[in-house]
Amino acid sequence: MSWVTKTLKSTLGRKLIMALTGLFLILFLTGHVSGNLLLFKGDGGEAFNMYAKFMTTNPAVKLLSYLTYISVIGHVIYSITLNRLNKSARPIGYAESGAFTNSTWSSRNMGILGTIILVFLAGHLYSFWFQIHWGDVPIVTYAGEEYKDLYSVVKVAFQQEWMVALYVVAMTFLGFHLSHGFASAFQTLGLNHKKYSPAIKTLGSIYCVLVPVLFASMPLYIYFTS
Amino acid sequence: MQLTLKIWRQKNASDKGGFATYPVDHVSKDMSFLEMLDVLNEELTEKGQDPVHFDHDCREGICGSCSLYINGKPHGPLQTTTCQLHMRSFNDGETVTIEPWRAKAFPVLKDLVVDRYAFDRIIQAGGYVSVGTGGVPDANEIPIPKTIADLAMDAAQCIGCGACVAACKNASAMLFTSAKVSQLALLPQGQVERKTRAEKMVAQMDAEGFGACTNTGACEAECPKGISITNIARMNREYFSAVVSSENL
Ligand code: HEM
Ligand code: SF4
Ligand code: FES
Repeated sequence: MSWVTKTLKSTLGRKLIMALTGLFLILFLTGHVSGNLLLFKGDGGEAFNMYAKFMTTNPAVKLLSYLTYISVIGHVIYSITLNRLNKSARPIGYAESGAFTNSTWSSRNMGILGTIILVFLAGHLYSFWFQIHWGDVPIVTYAGEEYKDLYSVVKVAFQQEWMVALYVVAMTFLGFHLSHGFASAFQTLGLNHKKYSPAIKTLGSIYCVLVPVLFASMPLYIYFTS
Repeated sequence: MQLTLKIWRQKNASDKGGFATYPVDHVSKDMSFLEMLDVLNEELTEKGQDPVHFDHDCREGICGSCSLYINGKPHGPLQTTTCQLHMRSFNDGETVTIEPWRAKAFPVLKDLVVDRYAFDRIIQAGGYVSVGTGGVPDANEIPIPKTIADLAMDAAQCIGCGACVAACKNASAMLFTSAKVSQLALLPQGQVERKTRAEKMVAQMDAEGFGACTNTGACEAECPKGISITNIARMNREYFSAVVSSENL
């Protein structure tokens, strides 16, 4: 076995992959939520549609989107192998557990939280990503240039109560995943020091609330304004 | 005090095992947990029954022999060793569940006794320094800054009890392994084998079948010696830098 495969098969190597892909997904979420804030502009979706066109055509963004796909796939595959390894490390469990006294619920249920996020992600990609790439999206024209009217797709989707509810619930789970994941990734990378770890933890607690709340407020905003 | 003990009984490594319930009377609040078990065992012996097997040695909180997963926590409700736990931490009439450490790498030998040689093999893989033997070196021959010595001392406090493994949802031995990797990585004496140590100890830890770390922090919260997970972060740094820079292919 080469030193690379040996490292990637080790517990620490696998965790390194989890942390790097997780952090990349955090960067992705940051960009995604910032761009989508254009939905709040109240301009009938013009700015949002122009942004969507830029995001689907710009070559640099393309590269980032491939990195995002790889990160999601890598994160999921490694979460499965890690979970199996971790389960096999304790074939016989305890009759009584006091785990709630020594660790947070989120930290003990990252796999469940991640699975819920994954199911949501599949539905989310189908409703929007698949539609703009291969679906029948109406065309709008701004200043003589044609754009896919993704805004109308979003608007139609979020006039259904169950869709709005689904998004709000899914974002809650994402928040819990990140409430542990954000700071955990830095610990995995070996970054734990009294000089900066309190700042990382604070940033993590803000991030895990702010980003899911912003995401969840988009379907709510559209539902209540249209 | 009067208690009901629900204890894991298992004849040997291949026996399936199961819980047995024992009522105990006349327990003094000032007894240590192990003394309370001694009383039970005396009664069992008098009745001609097999006493409950459990590990113990120093009974001073320094050797790491005692174990026991008591009411869902390693070493019971306090962050100390089981030998330093006293019956005043329990209530009259309480049912106390006592289980062995549970991990693939710590197989049960009998009742509450588990095989913890996996830890010894991790230490053998790299938890040492090679120094010329000879006369006792002079004190302060090797200058070590106080802050560094303190950090190394903190890590060196690990007594190898295995509570971190028992507490961890993944039965991970990261806290134990990282304590030794850290202690030696911090000190000048540990520099010669520094990279190889990190690689070998992690490889041995994995080979023993311990799980990976999810950073839940349960180990740190239950460690009787207060070993910090900053040591795990240090081990990760040591390991990642070793794999890209050591001479071992
Ligand atoms: C946008 C979505 C996601 C983000 C931003 C994200 C982020 C993170 C981060 C930062 C970590 C911490 C890594 C570490 O401890 O070093 C993590 C851990 C984890 N993630 Fe995700 N994640 C996402 C989606 C998912 C999905 C879809 C799954 C899959 C099924 C998943 C499963 C896990 C698991 C199981 C862990 C814990 C691994 C362990 O240490 O045992 N995550 N995630
Ligand atoms: S790190 Fe703490 S809990 Fe783990 S073996 Fe050492 S002393 Fe015991
Ligand atoms: S018996 Fe030695 S630490 Fe408990």
